[in-house]
Amino acid sequence: MAMVDEPLYPIAVLIDELKNDDIQLRLNSIRRLSTIARALGEERTRKELIPFLSENSDDDDEVLLAMAGELGVFIPFVGGVEHAHVLLPPLESLCTVEETCVREKAVDSLCKIGSEMRESDLVDSFVPLVKRLAAGEWFAARVSACGLFHVAYQGCTDVLKTELRSIYNQLCQDDMPMVRRAAATNLGKFATTLESSYLNAEIMTMFDDLTKDEQDSVRLLAVEGCAALGKLLEPQDCVARVLPVIVNFSQDKSWRVRYMVANQLYELCEAVGPDCTKTDLVPAYVRLLQDNEAEVRIAAAGKVTKFCQLLNPELSIQHILPCVKDLSSDSSQHVRSALASVIMGMAPILGKDSTIEHLLPIFLSLLKDEFPDVRLNIISKLDQVNQVIGIDRLSQSLLPAIVELAEDRHWRVRLAIIEYVPLLASQLGIGFFDDKLGALCMQWLQDKVYSIREAGANNLKRLAEEFGSEWAMQHLVPQVLEMVNNPHYLHRMMALRAISLMAPVMGSEITCSKFLPVVVEASKDIVPNIKFNVAKLMQSLIPIVDQSVVDKTIRQCLVDLSEDPDVDVRYFANQALQSINGAAVA
Amino acid sequence: MKGGGDDAASSAAASASGPPPSLEWRFSQVFGERTAGEEVHEVDIISAIEFDKSGDHLATGDRGGRVVLFERTDTKDNVGSRRDAEQMDYSVRHPEFRYKTEFQSHEPEFDYLKSLEIEEKINKIRWCQPANGALFLLSTNDKTIKYWKVQEKKIKKISEMNIDPSKDPGSSSPLPIIANGVHADKPQDYLSKDFPFPPGGIPSLRLPLVVVTSLETSLVARCRRVYAHAHDYHINSISNSSDGETFISADDLRVNLWNLEVSNQSFNIVDVKPTNMEDLTEVITSAEFHPIHCNMLAYSSSKGSIRLIDMRQSALCDSHTKLFEEPEAPGSRSFFTEIIASISDIKFSKNGRYILSRDYMTLKLWDINMDSGPVASYQVHEHLRPRLCDLYENDSIFDKFECCLSGDGSRVATGSYSNLFRVFGASQGSTEAATLEASKNPMRRQIQAPARSSRSMTSVARRGSESPGSDANGNAHDFTTKLLHMAWHPTENSIACAAANSLYMYYG
Repeated sequence: MAMVDEPLYPIAVLIDELKNDDIQLRLNSIRRLSTIARALGEERTRKELIPFLSENSDDDDEVLLAMAGELGVFIPFVGGVEHAHVLLPPLESLCTVEETCVREKAVDSLCKIGSEMRESDLVDSFVPLVKRLAAGEWFAARVSACGLFHVAYQGCTDVLKTELRSIYNQLCQDDMPMVRRAAATNLGKFATTLESSYLNAEIMTMFDDLTKDEQDSVRLLAVEGCAALGKLLEPQDCVARVLPVIVNFSQDKSWRVRYMVANQLYELCEAVGPDCTKTDLVPAYVRLLQDNEAEVRIAAAGKVTKFCQLLNPELSIQHILPCVKDLSSDSSQHVRSALASVIMGMAPILGKDSTIEHLLPIFLSLLKDEFPDVRLNIISKLDQVNQVIGIDRLSQSLLPAIVELAEDRHWRVRLAIIEYVPLLASQLGIGFFDDKLGALCMQWLQDKVYSIREAGANNLKRLAEEFGSEWAMQHLVPQVLEMVNNPHYLHRMMALRAISLMAPVMGSEITCSKFLPVVVEASKDIVPNIKFNVAKLMQSLIPIVDQSVVDKTIRQCLVDLSEDPDVDVRYFANQALQSINGAAVA
Repeated sequence: MKGGGDDAASSAAASASGPPPSLEWRFSQVFGERTAGEEVHEVDIISAIEFDKSGDHLATGDRGGRVVLFERTDTKDNVGSRRDAEQMDYSVRHPEFRYKTEFQSHEPEFDYLKSLEIEEKINKIRWCQPANGALFLLSTNDKTIKYWKVQEKKIKKISEMNIDPSKDPGSSSPLPIIANGVHADKPQDYLSKDFPFPPGGIPSLRLPLVVVTSLETSLVARCRRVYAHAHDYHINSISNSSDGETFISADDLRVNLWNLEVSNQSFNIVDVKPTNMEDLTEVITSAEFHPIHCNMLAYSSSKGSIRLIDMRQSALCDSHTKLFEEPEAPGSRSFFTEIIASISDIKFSKNGRYILSRDYMTLKLWDINMDSGPVASYQVHEHLRPRLCDLYENDSIFDKFECCLSGDGSRVATGSYSNLFRVFGASQGSTEAATLEASKNPMRRQIQAPARSSRSMTSVARRGSESPGSDANGNAHDFTTKLLHMAWHPTENSIACAAANSLYMYYG
């Protein structure tokens, strides 16, 4: 056994731990592989470390995943691009493990390395690797191979290119559906590297095969590739080859295929151009909006704004808007919710008059929806409509809905609405806010659910930031200070919490004059929880107020607390005292 | 799926050459045989049997939550030497298995929220796609499905280290500090990102040397994923899809769809739970994916119906595509009608054309293209009809017998009481019907009553000898020894069946 010089000890341990029984230590070593490589030097990294890693691919997935990631950026440590090929063997064996995330990482890293490699090395070592994986006995290797073709193809000789294309074609017809799925997923990527003459002939043939696959799961992924392929083809080829497939898919038996089309459709519109969009894709999209399956309608509804952006307003009003009206009273709450999350975006597209005429009734019906998510989605996008139809018209119908949501019996809904209050405040302006929403903000501080109280306190801080300390002094501070005398200790605690959040915003003067006396008073509370929260609060006030105030008031108060009978109070008081001393030293 | 057409030709549909000859069943092997008078431990009772797709492996699960794997020994690569192979008489070659390994799949648990004990009993095992020489399988108890990987590992030892662990007994204490990268006393931090190492590296450092100490390998089973908390009721089935990435799990009221790689979410695809549980009239008893079409699956119910659903139609498949039900024979209704109609198991034939179902009295074969009635039904327990009352009293009437089809679809089999099981010919015109006992002498109890073929009112062939209520010695049927679980080898005429804690294998 070798003994190592004292200063090398840590690095020696790091290397030994590559083989430790404890997975955490192995993980740690693998994540610092670059350090180990530098300690060994480039040559020994190539000759020893990399072969060592190649032989140790039966480790836990977490370790393998980390290794696959590290090796992707390892070119500098093996001596630069001319030695990049030594990194391929360990990654090749990682490409064959059965855990998908490890394989994907290894493929990623191989792509990174491959794209940096010299062309000659690519042909000598990368292409053979791809071929080996593609001919692998187990499906895992063949799945990985599919993701490497686009890197291997560039810079190949014509003969090799022909071979690679035919291998890919075989993968598209593999016995295992997993391999065909991988081939379908990567087809678009591979196609980008191909010469356009092969694109039309060979790639489209593969694509056609995949779109007719007996396995639903494969056809689904073929649809995903439609948009990518469509963009590569000349518009007329796209219309001839891709468009019929899409129109077919939009009427497929399988709802999952139609769902995919609904998700992809607007990208395809871009690929085929406006004329075909009008004649072929608008009818297809309208069908999807009226699909039997709620999941398909959800996907289609979520794209309604993006789709309308591609059309002119007349077409939108003529074809899409009637469907949108139907969707706003759809039987599925999820469809309505998806619609609500995007429908506001249609306002700028349609313009003010059309919005008021057609969209406003839909907004209002969605705002009154029985399902809180739908209402929330509308409110969260308010600014977009505001710009089109103005705040007055909006606020009349909006506020009742907001007030209702603010008192919803589901606390998550209340929480969501609190998050929007500062935004609403900025939209509505001070005057409007005072009347209607001010009281609500205080009510939240006394909510039954802690998360709501906490969010309520945060909300006060954000309002103070929005409207300034002067406004907060008038409208927020008095109520908060009053709450310190609340008979319920949890409410008193929340008042302290609000103070600690607001103090940095309000500044030193108000903190000293208004907050500090109240806090000092609270330090004499009978509940220990209040007292140690006072200690914590005082600690947070130290950087805000003057040193003189610290010395005069805060320190004394903390010293008193540090002699409290309760152990927690003493602990936090001492913590605060220490930080005073710390600040003084600094 | 090559050979699908051949299978169809040789199975029940039609074959011009007439039915294949009846098989003579012989004993092949037994694992865990009981000696006379030996007590059976509850935990050892086998509760699931499953061959993998190739037929090279067999898995059993038991009430103690264990999974035991067996591997085939008679295939070419497993035979010791060429000479051994040549010496073997070709005619006696039949699938033989040996114990491979076992592991504890499930442990007993307690659901504190519902104050319920969760048994460790394995309800179902399903094999998944093997990869890199490792075997994968799903096992489930009432609530939790687990995905297992079983792999051979070479025994390795680390022989050389930089730091001699023997000379540094306290090595465990400095390690964590270094592992965190904190090494406060040393101004020179070798572990920092920008410490300048000499260009040639530090020669005294070396990598740990790993040596394979022996040729021995050990089989290691690792639980890769746990699919939990998705079932309110007891899981009765799991089944893999032909797409290789999804599987379903079914409980009394729901069927969920999972991705093998995602254990934290599943999709509910069938939900038969009524809004008011008092309206509940029917529960799901078994579910299986179609062997070829990844969008189709079938589930059976306690009312004796089988529903075929097409997942392409909608996300929630509460409405079926096809319903297979046999109309109730008029005038035969009794208190037991509904109980004995409940289907305990369904299996697709390998080509996906037929579904075999087992209810308490019969085995039925359905053509998925014909929903008017079964193409054949086989009497298994007709002789018990007069005794239904007793069977109800001692709960035996609720026993769930499994059924299986041969790989070519030409025969079907199911279990019965007294450790008996029955094999029927399913090809058209076949009168084959055998009753066998799970013992070393399977033909011992076979009753030579002719396999009488009769025509029922629906002009469906009913076959199967009606064994009398007692066996050849005049003893009453033993309702405590029941053969619930059995599986047919995917390519050979070989059956594995469980009699309590023993696994018997037969070939024909």
